[in-house]
Amino acid sequence: MMHALTTVFRKEFLEAVRDRRVLLSSLVFGPVFAPLLFIGVLTLSLERSVTSMDERVEVTVAGADRAPNLVQFLRQQELLVTLRDGDEEDALRWIKGSRELVVLAVPEGFGEQFRAGRPARVMLYSDGSNKQASKRAGHVHAVLSAYSGTIGAQRLLARGISPTVVQAVAVDAVDVATPAAKATLVLGMLSYIVLLVTLLGGLYLAIDATAGERERGSLEPLLTVPVPRTHIIYGKVLAAAFFMTVALVLVTATLRLSVGLVPLEELGMSTRFDGGTALGLFGATLPLVLAGAALMTVVASFTHSYREAQTWLGVVLLVPTLPIAVAGLLDVKASAALMAVPSLSQHLLIQGFLRDEPLPAGYFAISAGSALLLGALLTWLAGRLYRREAILG
Amino acid sequence: MIRVEQLAKRFGTVQALHDVSFEAADGRITGLLGPNGAGKSTTLRILYTVLRPDRGRAWIDDADVLADPLAARRASGVLPHSAGIYPHLTARENVAFYGRLHGLPGAALDRRLDELIAGLGMQDFADRRAKGFSQGQRTKVALARALVHAPRNVLLDEPTNGLDVLATRALRELILGLKAAGHCVLFSSHVMQEVAALCDDVVIIDHGRVVGCGTAAAIRGRFGGATMEEAFVSALGHQEGLA
Repeated sequence: MMHALTTVFRKEFLEAVRDRRVLLSSLVFGPVFAPLLFIGVLTLSLERSVTSMDERVEVTVAGADRAPNLVQFLRQQELLVTLRDGDEEDALRWIKGSRELVVLAVPEGFGEQFRAGRPARVMLYSDGSNKQASKRAGHVHAVLSAYSGTIGAQRLLARGISPTVVQAVAVDAVDVATPAAKATLVLGMLSYIVLLVTLLGGLYLAIDATAGERERGSLEPLLTVPVPRTHIIYGKVLAAAFFMTVALVLVTATLRLSVGLVPLEELGMSTRFDGGTALGLFGATLPLVLAGAALMTVVASFTHSYREAQTWLGVVLLVPTLPIAVAGLLDVKASAALMAVPSLSQHLLIQGFLRDEPLPAGYFAISAGSALLLGALLTWLAGRLYRREAILG
Repeated sequence: MIRVEQLAKRFGTVQALHDVSFEAADGRITGLLGPNGAGKSTTLRILYTVLRPDRGRAWIDDADVLADPLAARRASGVLPHSAGIYPHLTARENVAFYGRLHGLPGAALDRRLDELIAGLGMQDFADRRAKGFSQGQRTKVALARALVHAPRNVLLDEPTNGLDVLATRALRELILGLKAAGHCVLFSSHVMQEVAALCDDVVIIDHGRVVGCGTAAAIRGRFGGATMEEAFVSALGHQEGLA
């Protein structure tokens, strides 16, 4: 058995290595470019959000002379105040000219209402469909509320009432996310990329095992050699699994080198992606490789051409990612039972490593065991399917 | 030696073989002649064990193709109808892959490869990758692959398909060479001239049944034609589907 297996493995390996398209798509585009692209986009978006946090919020005030104290308060709160002459219609015109503008208009009756102790009305104009403008308007709104609260408190004190009387409930929001956990929200995508790219690494070999051989007309002669068909298919599944392992090594190495470049600290987040994390990620995903290779081989064995196989395997690539999506939506916590679900368990284990809160070793064992069991079952099934007459198409 | 007894095979609603029996002896060339769809390929596919018959038995030498398919495969070299080769491997690597699957050890394999490459006139392209090979070159590689383990029995399914005149001639000489070396050669064809020119024995198949069987001369005598073609048409009892 070993002899036939290694012979088939060697031939598949040689063919794949010599086919530049296969090599590029399974070992370069997937494992190297995909994570780099993700890291690149992530870095860009983080840099943008960091700079916009540092930026001083601008606000244009019309009718400032009617509320000098208010304007002073705005300036004390670090707002960048621009004074302009105009009424409400002018405000609308200004925003039309520059959609990012936020205009605070103080109407004529403001002073009178203020002195009378009635709610003094101001108008805050902004374009809600503009992200920048609505962010600024929210900030200005908060500052105005603070001003209103300060004045209100002073008024109550002047009447001999404690301002706390009007504060029935005090809310202290406490964010318990550790910096690493926060980063994981962003990096949660990574385990998805790792699994997808690993599967892609074996895609072409899996297609080649049946649909490719059949389309080239090389399957029928191959089945006339004095070797059990199962040994031939096992060699092919193994070759696909080998390429998936190489893809996994490459994607892990790429992440190890690139995740450190993301300025996560600037958002108060931190993630450690050191050698240990890389090793954990690799070890958690490796047992799934056999199941992936066998699953793709099984599906490809039902198709008649390369193109048809590609179509169906595109669907298959989504299957292992389904539990991850469901887990993300339902916010599933890792448990021993979930470790028996291949691909979901890998996802949870990887998340643990990224969070720097590795799951217990027992979980690791359950995950590896169930993935390997599924792999063995699917490999056996691939062998069974290869023995059918219909395999010739 | 190849022996076939009462083979029957159905694909869905199509009864491909009703009742096929014949023998192909060592040191002789046996032609399986019949129009397209007669059941020639199905018969050969049962013999090289990729299909199982619904009924009937078959032997390659002493190996029962149903009971011991691996022994039957060891005893036969096969050129199937679709004999694709691996485009990213060289001609030599294509043949060597099969040699290894047949269990030939390194040194013996290398000797055998050199022998086949010289014997089939493959020197010019033996170490080139097979991508872009002509049909003739591909057939030679597929043939070398079929013969790599020096089988006693050789099964060829329409071997001259797509070959030009020169390549066809070369193939004929090769088949005659196999006969001279004592091999049992069974090949299928729908081209009468080819069968007439080459075969010692002829088995005529139509609609999944053997309608005529014997030496080429006997067939001509029995079906009353001066040429093989007339005998063939007469044996079939109709004139459709001829090349």
